[in-house]
Amino acid sequence: MRRVKIIEEKFFIWLSAFMTYSLIAVLAFIILVIFIKGFGALNWDMVLKTPRGGYYYGGEGGVLNAIIGSLYIAVGATLIAIIIGVPAALYLNVQLIRYRRTQNTIRYFLDALWGIPSIVYGAFGFSLMIFFGMNASLLAGIITVALLIVPIMVRTFDEVLSTIPKGLHEASLALGSTRTETAFKVLFKQGFPGFITAVLLSFGRGIGDAASVLFTAGYTDNIPVNLDEPAATLPLAIFFQLGSPIPEVRDRAFASAIILTGIILTISIGARILSKRYSKTNLT
Amino acid sequence: MELTETKTNNKVPASKHIVSEASSILRVKDLNVFAGAHHILKNVELEIPRNKITVLIGPSGCGKTTLLKCINKLTDLYKELKVSGSIFIDKDDILNTDTNIPALRQKMGLLSQRPYPLPVSIYKNVAYGLKLKGVRDKKLIDFSVEKHLREVGLWEEVKNRLNSPATRLSIGQQQRLCLARGLAVKPSIILADEPTSSLDPISSKIIENLFKDLTKHYTIILVTHVLRQAIRLADHVIFMNDGEIIEQGSPEILFKSPETEQLRAYLVDGN
Repeated sequence: MRRVKIIEEKFFIWLSAFMTYSLIAVLAFIILVIFIKGFGALNWDMVLKTPRGGYYYGGEGGVLNAIIGSLYIAVGATLIAIIIGVPAALYLNVQLIRYRRTQNTIRYFLDALWGIPSIVYGAFGFSLMIFFGMNASLLAGIITVALLIVPIMVRTFDEVLSTIPKGLHEASLALGSTRTETAFKVLFKQGFPGFITAVLLSFGRGIGDAASVLFTAGYTDNIPVNLDEPAATLPLAIFFQLGSPIPEVRDRAFASAIILTGIILTISIGARILSKRYSKTNLT
Repeated sequence: MELTETKTNNKVPASKHIVSEASSILRVKDLNVFAGAHHILKNVELEIPRNKITVLIGPSGCGKTTLLKCINKLTDLYKELKVSGSIFIDKDDILNTDTNIPALRQKMGLLSQRPYPLPVSIYKNVAYGLKLKGVRDKKLIDFSVEKHLREVGLWEEVKNRLNSPATRLSIGQQQRLCLARGLAVKPSIILADEPTSSLDPISSKIIENLFKDLTKHYTIILVTHVLRQAIRLADHVIFMNDGEIIEQGSPEILFKSPETEQLRAYLVDGN
């Protein structure tokens, strides 16, 4: 019996380790393939230039238009998601703390919204554009991506806030805080690492999504200077280049993917450094 | 049980109110709390003597913590709780008037079973309540932080790291910090809900000694399951069972000659 338990223990430890390292290996493999295929095509022109005539047939230029467009859309949408999502998550965990059924209903709807495919958001954004007589533009892209990532922002932050002990909540109220003061001065600070995670997840989803911006942001070789101008995005740039019959252009798609991955990694590392600095300065 | 440990020698019969209305700081009249069909507190009537330690004892689930939560209106956080009756603090019925709840809660420091330091520095934890009260004078805040950290015997241990996160303190230190934080808002009553249950014996002893000193300026309502602690600290004891006040009075009388079988059984089991 004891021997069976030892074998069982060893088997599950081995299985768990194998699954964990397999997952990391798969992720490393994906990044490796992208690097192998795209590194040859990656150069400063890709990052610093917009497409010149014939770029999609192997001509000169780069994807600066898509880099800037993606950053505009992802940053704009993330800011909107923060403005909507933070109060919503705090409301769920402070004002609705007595109303568990309402909390759970709202969480259920937010989870459902999280699960809706992004093409549906794209279609919804497109119908809104038609309703308001708008053209495909940076603004339409930002609003559509914001709609896509708000549920992610709210639920991710909410999950962290909901793990904060009720005792801390009570301790703050017992000192004479109002619920709003408790929300922003205590719960927000306590849940700050969760807020950073929520921002990163939302930003990552926003900058990497192609379907929601396909009809709403449009595509252009220029860098948008106004909200009503169309904007190119990296996912669409990858999509268009990957569909090319010219091998050189397909390699550029992988180079664009390296750029997109690099942006997400940079933002992620930067946000975590900022979060640690915030913890050191504001939590002390 | 060593009754020589008790603080007072009042010879007052158990189960009778020993607190005159003039000397009481808090009076509870006909307090009932329901959670759905469950009657948690049943017609509770009690008076809490001013500048004394009142100890609430009773089996788990008998309603002690709910009673504390009624007193500082933290029951508002629980939709399922229906509260009726009256709780007079001095002459104000806090359950039946348009009380300014944050101001009311500042009259009552809360010390819970485990410490909950705010996610800020040691200094900011103590200054938090003062800032809520609108105090902006840095010198006054500095003075108050030092005064209350000294009051709980923590100043010497933390004076060189006031800007460190409060969560880096030991549990015992965190509990004293929470007490200092509560004292900084100048409460009249300290509600302590098993404040030493998560502490080691040395930290518990420090908190107990603090409580004895604090009665010069504060009224303390202490919930405890440790009978020896109740004996050491109590000026007034309230025994609860199944949501009811079974007996209350001076500790010598209650602990030496309990009138009810319930208290007798509780004391025997507790020892």
